Amino acid sequence: MPVKDTPIPTPVTQPYWDALDRHELMIQRCAHCSAANFYPRLACPSCGSRRIDWVRASGRASLHSYVINHVPAPGFEDEAPYVIAIVQLEEGPRMMTNLRKVAAEPEALPLDLPLEVTFEARNGRTLPMFQPVGSAA
Amino acid sequence: MKPGSVAVVGAAETELGALPHMSEGDLHIDAALRALDDAGLTLGDVDGVTSAVHSPVDIAHQLGIRPNWFDGTSVGGCSFLVHVAHAAEAIAAGHAQTVLVLHGESRRSAVGRAPRGHTADSIFGQFEAPFGVYGPPTLFTLPFLRYMHETGTTAEHLAAVPARQSEWAHGNPRASRNSRFTVQDVLDSRMIAYPFHKLECCVVTDGGGALVVTSAERARDLRQQPVYLLGSGQAADSPLVSQMPDLTRAEAFERSSRAAFREAGIDRDDIDHLMLYDAFAHVPIYGLEALGFVGRGEAGAFIAEGNTSPGGSLPTNTNGGGLCYTHTGMYGMFAIQESVRQLRKQAYAQVSDVEVSVVQGVGHFFTEAATLVLSTRAA
Repeated sequence: MPVKDTPIPTPVTQPYWDALDRHELMIQRCAHCSAANFYPRLACPSCGSRRIDWVRASGRASLHSYVINHVPAPGFEDEAPYVIAIVQLEEGPRMMTNLRKVAAEPEALPLDLPLEVTFEARNGRTLPMFQPVGSAA
Repeated sequence: MKPGSVAVVGAAETELGALPHMSEGDLHIDAALRALDDAGLTLGDVDGVTSAVHSPVDIAHQLGIRPNWFDGTSVGGCSFLVHVAHAAEAIAAGHAQTVLVLHGESRRSAVGRAPRGHTADSIFGQFEAPFGVYGPPTLFTLPFLRYMHETGTTAEHLAAVPARQSEWAHGNPRASRNSRFTVQDVLDSRMIAYPFHKLECCVVTDGGGALVVTSAERARDLRQQPVYLLGSGQAADSPLVSQMPDLTRAEAFERSSRAAFREAGIDRDDIDHLMLYDAFAHVPIYGLEALGFVGRGEAGAFIAEGNTSPGGSLPTNTNGGGLCYTHTGMYGMFAIQESVRQLRKQAYAQVSDVEVSVVQGVGHFFTEAATLVLSTRAA
């Protein structure tokens, strides 16, 4: 039975994954140049500073680009076709995710669609997924 | 490197297609022997070897060469462009005399394949792999909806890329897709990852290729018309598609091509023939724009109108490209091979009067880029 890929943290990324377990999306902000950064790194990619703060992201984002995948990855056989998206967080950085509570159809997925984070458990880890704003109710 | 001081003097491809009787190592060896035959040289003439993914030392040993120079730079499909540039520098510096640039890949049959992949604690393993990505059809393609949105490029423009390239491959027995097809055929083919249909994704084949590179001085005494390296460039961007600074620009292409054109001392107007890496149909669209042949958002219409087709002003991907001719996973070797054939007037769909040919390669989706300027004239 194929299983979905599940991330394994490294020491630098551990706080990010721990926060997701608490249903918080955390990103790094450089204490020196204030750049908001994703993915988590040892030092700021904008200025090289090692003085990095963790800040809680608002969870609001917009749909930046996507594909609707018809050839499922291992473990995704029952979900195809499904959306693989790049979303832009309100704080600026972009990240890859999947969409929830919206049809995997182009008509339902205009670019820049407002989204909000939602959390999904997988094999003992928590992953950040996104859904259209207002679809939670 | 002084432009024109180093030349490709041998070039060959293996059989292409489904080759379950050949391991990846054997494809390298078969290609090497064919290219040496083409050059009129023997293994004893070779003192440098390059390969990607597979160690050049392993490959040299299988060939029976004890190299004094080697390069195993692995930057995906453009590795072989980088190897040609590195070989030229080594030859110019006197570190090597004659270098075999080798490629062999059993992508379709998976015989003797070198390990590839990622770990779950890598950056990719943590931040992209969990989201159901399934190789290039889901990753290389991901920026394109944004490009369409910002430029007005249409689904028909995208479909025109393979349809137009099929005109070059039509009738070529070595091409995987060798019958002309239409925009409608493309749009009617199976959806792989919206907005990409099957015919907008490259073919998947086994195959290999080899180049023999040596000094221009030595090239003069050899049997083939030398194909001189006038300039090269390389550049890299984000290794994660989700972290590209701008999903609508192949920014690394811009840098690598500028460097190559500058070194070669050429302008775009000097280019008679172009090979633009095309694992997926949008890459030539990004490439034409990045290399400056068209303005922002104009590439789709430029291709659809036939400018890159037989008889067009900018003959491009004249073997049919990765979309029609062959694609083993790392296609760059085959793009170089077609440039060499065009310059030597040995191509299946020969373009008249090709004196300067440019090869633009990519690696790992939009991560790495490399450019070669090749010519029948030494400067």
